[in-house]
Amino acid sequence: MAEIVLEHVVKRYPDGALAVDDFNLDIADGEFIILVGPSGCGKSTTLNMVAGLEDITAGKLIIDGQVVNDKAPKDRDIAMVFQSYALYPHMTVRENMGFPLRLAGMDKQTIRQKVDEAAELLELTQHLDRKPANLSGGQRQRVAMGRAIVRQPKAFLMDEPLSNLDAKLRVQMRTQISRIQKSLGTTTLYVTHDQTEAMTLGDRVVVMRAGVVQQVGTPAHLYAHPSNLFVAGFIGSPSMNFLPGQLKGGGTVVTALGEAQLPDRSRRALDGASGDREVIVGIRPEHFEDASVVGDKPGATFDAPIDIVEAMGSDVYAYFTVKGEGASSAELDELAKDTGNDLHGTGLSITARLDAASGVRRNSTAKLWYDTAKLHLFDASTGKNLLEAN
Amino acid sequence: MQPATTNRKLMWWGINILVLLYAFVPVFWLLSLSLKNAETLNDGNYFPTHPTGASYQAIFQNDDFVRSLINSIGICLISTLVAIVIGTMCAYAIARLQFPGKAAILAMALLVSMFPQIALVTPLFKIETAIGLFDTWPGLIIPYITFALPLAIYTLSAFFREIPWDLEKAAKMDGATPYQAFRQVITPLAMPGVFTTAILVFIACWNDFLFALSLTSTSNARTVPAAMSYFTGATTFEKPTGPIAAAAIVITIPIVLFVLVFQRRIVAGLTSGAVKG
Repeated sequence: MAEIVLEHVVKRYPDGALAVDDFNLDIADGEFIILVGPSGCGKSTTLNMVAGLEDITAGKLIIDGQVVNDKAPKDRDIAMVFQSYALYPHMTVRENMGFPLRLAGMDKQTIRQKVDEAAELLELTQHLDRKPANLSGGQRQRVAMGRAIVRQPKAFLMDEPLSNLDAKLRVQMRTQISRIQKSLGTTTLYVTHDQTEAMTLGDRVVVMRAGVVQQVGTPAHLYAHPSNLFVAGFIGSPSMNFLPGQLKGGGTVVTALGEAQLPDRSRRALDGASGDREVIVGIRPEHFEDASVVGDKPGATFDAPIDIVEAMGSDVYAYFTVKGEGASSAELDELAKDTGNDLHGTGLSITARLDAASGVRRNSTAKLWYDTAKLHLFDASTGKNLLEAN
Repeated sequence: MQPATTNRKLMWWGINILVLLYAFVPVFWLLSLSLKNAETLNDGNYFPTHPTGASYQAIFQNDDFVRSLINSIGICLISTLVAIVIGTMCAYAIARLQFPGKAAILAMALLVSMFPQIALVTPLFKIETAIGLFDTWPGLIIPYITFALPLAIYTLSAFFREIPWDLEKAAKMDGATPYQAFRQVITPLAMPGVFTTAILVFIACWNDFLFALSLTSTSNARTVPAAMSYFTGATTFEKPTGPIAAAAIVITIPIVLFVLVFQRRIVAGLTSGAVKG
């Protein structure tokens, strides 16, 4: 178990491409850290640098107080779980899991015992004598985990370990990984592009974009206080709705949903920003509500021409389109590309998550309310969250 | 897939038989010749009327032939072994590493394999007589390795490229040194390629006639293909057709055995289960 510190870590490839720029992070002993971001954001490169599979161009990597930049992977005492699992096909499950112990020169008796323990933890006992080719995807994934666990390393590195599993198994393994990590208390660095995994697994989440850390924080903090448009759009499912708008003096914000008066707290945060300015307004789907259900909580209301209603039982998703251009920014474009959602329809599509008691119906107009206290305001040009001090 | 109609089946059978005939008529002819005696040798029968093992007896009583058989087996096995060991390491480096001069090495290898061997015979003869390698085992083993290596490197590097790189990374993370990763993870997976290459290299060495003839002078290092050309009949006027045919059959046997033994190691899909689902 170990503390891992990354100080101003930079990765630049020989062809000049900058993969990771000035990465700073202190990982406490036993912490579960998630690196998340769209593909190509440098998260796997960062992981490989910690592993020792890629050189660090500049900066320091410190494990347990020791700079390990120039140490070979085998001397760092870190275990890694690969996206492809990377099981040795010519070895049985037992040999696969025992391989790191055999390399460490342990005696057969100890190896046997440790492999048996790990296999029990991962429910692999009955498969120990089989070859990887005869295992299901989920079992292979567990063998890969087992190979990492047996050594009791200083830290686990996981590179999208669940992305090759089907959806149901992924949820199961997610909880199992979480349970194993908590019971072993091993420092873990976990890379994923799936924001749900990031939100559910991590003690802290690092959101990356184009090699640059966007924000580090607990999942709840990132969700409630995204520091910029990118984090806001990336974290949360369904994702935040963005509308272009104008911020008027006196704390009024005008969008396609009409005019809304910001609460005092937001106005104070905006203090110093003077005059009218272009902003992008972010509203999470759950901060909409059917006006008839809300009562008289403070907020703003508008008429929404509902297109589609999805009743999920616990709540209702309502989709509607309002007039106007969608908010445009490089960050949002990148997010849209990453999710494959780069369709540009006419108007501005908005998702709202409403109470199950709501009576909204498709193809009818409903009066919706939104919580002005939960509005996020982003600078239209820089994408920075105007309501967050950092 | 198209439905297998009777006509289609017949057509395929016809083609198969044609190909088999094309391939095996000469072999059976050779076998038939080796079983005939001097009187019936030219009787025009495809099948020998009175099969006899006299030719086989004759060649195994010939010390030069037995000696050349030992030479052949020894020289070819050593050449194959050395070529495979060096070729494996070289191919691994070429498949996995970026280093200056990599393209040059590959080009050189290709150049060596394209070089007409006959052009090298005289210089090699000069060199080998000068340094005392002429008519010795190493005198043949070294040129064999040289010509086997390009083939080995090309075939093996193709196999190495097929092996997922993640396995090597995993081995490194598991605490393996680069050599351990190579020896315990990569090599076992490359075995089908190694055996395929070994068969090809062995056959190439086994069948060589040119070097065997020109770089040897006595039965000290002469291999079977060369030794066969020195066969003489019982009298000056008798052709050694029978013994030559018998020797040809005999030297085919090790190759068939070699291929049969190693073919079982060439298991397709050995890497299945390594990565993904």
